[in-house]
Amino acid sequence: MRSDEAIISGTGLVKRFADFEAVRGIDFQVRRGEAFGFLGPNGAGKSSTMRMVSCMSPRSGGELRVLGMDPDRKGPAIRARIGVVPQQDNLDLELTVRQNLQVYGRYFGLTRKEVRAKAVELMEFARLTDRADHDVQPLSGGMKRRLTIARALVNDPEVLLLDEPTTGLDPQARHLLWEKLFQLKQRGVTLIITTHYMDEAEQLCDRLVVMDGGKIVAEGSPAELITRYATREVLELRFPPGDQHAAVDKVRDLAERVEVLPDRLLLYTEDGDAATTRAHDRGVRPISTLVRRSSLEDVFLRLTGRTLVD
Amino acid sequence: MLSIVDNPRRTAVLQRVLPSGSYVGLARRLVERSALLYARAWVVLLSGVFEPLFYVLAFKIGFGALVPAVTGPGGLRLEYAAYVAPALLVASAMNGAVSETMSMFYKLRFDGLYDSVLATPLGTYDVAIGELSWTVLRSGLYAVAFFAVMAVLGLVTTPWALLLVPVALVVSMAFAAVGMVCATLLRSSAQFEYIHLLVVPMFLFSGTFYSIDVYPLPLRWVAELSPLYHGVELARGFSTGVLGTAMLGHAAYLVALTAVGLYGTSKRIGRLLLN
Ligand SMILES: Nc1ncnc2c1ncn2[C@@H]1O[C@H](COP(=O)(O)OP(=O)(O)OP(=O)(O)O)[C@@H](O)[C@H]1O
Ligand SMILES: [Mg+2]
Repeated sequence: MRSDEAIISGTGLVKRFADFEAVRGIDFQVRRGEAFGFLGPNGAGKSSTMRMVSCMSPRSGGELRVLGMDPDRKGPAIRARIGVVPQQDNLDLELTVRQNLQVYGRYFGLTRKEVRAKAVELMEFARLTDRADHDVQPLSGGMKRRLTIARALVNDPEVLLLDEPTTGLDPQARHLLWEKLFQLKQRGVTLIITTHYMDEAEQLCDRLVVMDGGKIVAEGSPAELITRYATREVLELRFPPGDQHAAVDKVRDLAERVEVLPDRLLLYTEDGDAATTRAHDRGVRPISTLVRRSSLEDVFLRLTGRTLVD
Repeated sequence: MLSIVDNPRRTAVLQRVLPSGSYVGLARRLVERSALLYARAWVVLLSGVFEPLFYVLAFKIGFGALVPAVTGPGGLRLEYAAYVAPALLVASAMNGAVSETMSMFYKLRFDGLYDSVLATPLGTYDVAIGELSWTVLRSGLYAVAFFAVMAVLGLVTTPWALLLVPVALVVSMAFAAVGMVCATLLRSSAQFEYIHLLVVPMFLFSGTFYSIDVYPLPLRWVAELSPLYHGVELARGFSTGVLGTAMLGHAAYLVALTAVGLYGTSKRIGRLLLN
């Protein structure tokens, strides 16, 4: 198998709920071994897409291939080879940490001996060994999330689908998880991640698609997208809400593009410091200024006219 | 009992007749999960064994003393406790099956158990058959205990009575299958009352305590719809050793209900979780 083959591909993929179209004809390819992201705001259709890929939601239209198979006809065979981390943790709260892993492994047809060994290995991976025989219920959110991810690995999946793996975690827990995901990628596991954190997408994803309103609005590596849709730097001018409008005309020609947000102006420019000085010279007096590198957040703003995280 | 999921040949047959991907023959793994849970709560299991003991004792010692011998199947005269015990045995299978399957409501709506299970190779029929098998297994345990109590009290008089245990399994199977469909239809735990509203009259009016011959005809037809009635008839027949071809019909009715219930459960789980 070539390493750049598409392990998952969607063509004109559609998901309808009654007469509402949640996914409106998307095309995407995920290559073996890469980390692929679906970035988008609430309701973009990320989870709906993930559920179709994990064979838990039949597609309403278009084509979908997962590991070369059709989810409609080969659901169990596909699910046997993928790992699913749903948006909401659904651990078995009646079982202990260890039992969660063992029982889940049994659902994949593993032998008792195999699941015993696997549980030990995965508890180590999730840093939950000291909680092995404790109930799951009282674990912290981050621990539960790690256990959910560990559980998804019980069948040594070729593809791991992670729906917002770090939502609700503190920064430390997020970084720990990123590190774990990175390790998995190194081992050759294909990762598919949805997120509405652009830093997460930038950190983890080799390639990503930006989704909005059920459609893909852009595709590429994080760096490509930033080069294509944003400038190198951004100057943020923060104003008391409402006052930003008055300054727009004064700074419009200082940047390639100016975005007006409720409490600030974003000036897209190759040289943020130069723009800062010139704005000051023209008598623009924001509460604060900040020069930063462009991010996927800016890409998203450019593409949709809206911010990603409200 | 678990052979319905254990037997590879049967698995292959089921896989051919059931919708693609809805059954992979791993239902047993869900039974293991339940067994694991009850291994931690075996006292709960044990308590289920005492319930029938109390019932039979009440009828043998208390109630039976008030009622003279009654007429059983085939005009046989027998003491009241012997008349009512087989019926109570299947009624307890019914109760066990209904209460066990109602817990499916929580697993389905709140715990996300089946969501997590359906992300593995298991399909909706694996879930339905797995939960059904556990319920039947548990009822089997109680039926054996009940039978032992009957034997000790001298209420077992024919070798045919040994078949009371399989009858209890079939009754439990039918009620579990239908109970699961009901559990998937409930929207709140307050609606468990509806289930009680069905089960209690069924318990009282299905020929459990007296023959349904006392009803006028239209009412008898209603009583004959009750799965418990068919279970009671089977149980009483075997318990007294009075057999008849009608028993085939009773068994067929229960088996048919099981099939319909499994089909409905699988469909409902699919509709709710795989949408
Ligand atoms: N089972 C369902 N029935 C009806 N509508 C649904 C269902 N699941 C999702 N939707 C709708 O489809 C749209 C896309 O939902 P989806 O969960 O895929 O978005 P998302 O990108 O994952 O959003 P979030 O970031 O909030 O998780 C939403 O408008 C949602 O209300
Ligand atoms: Mg989502």
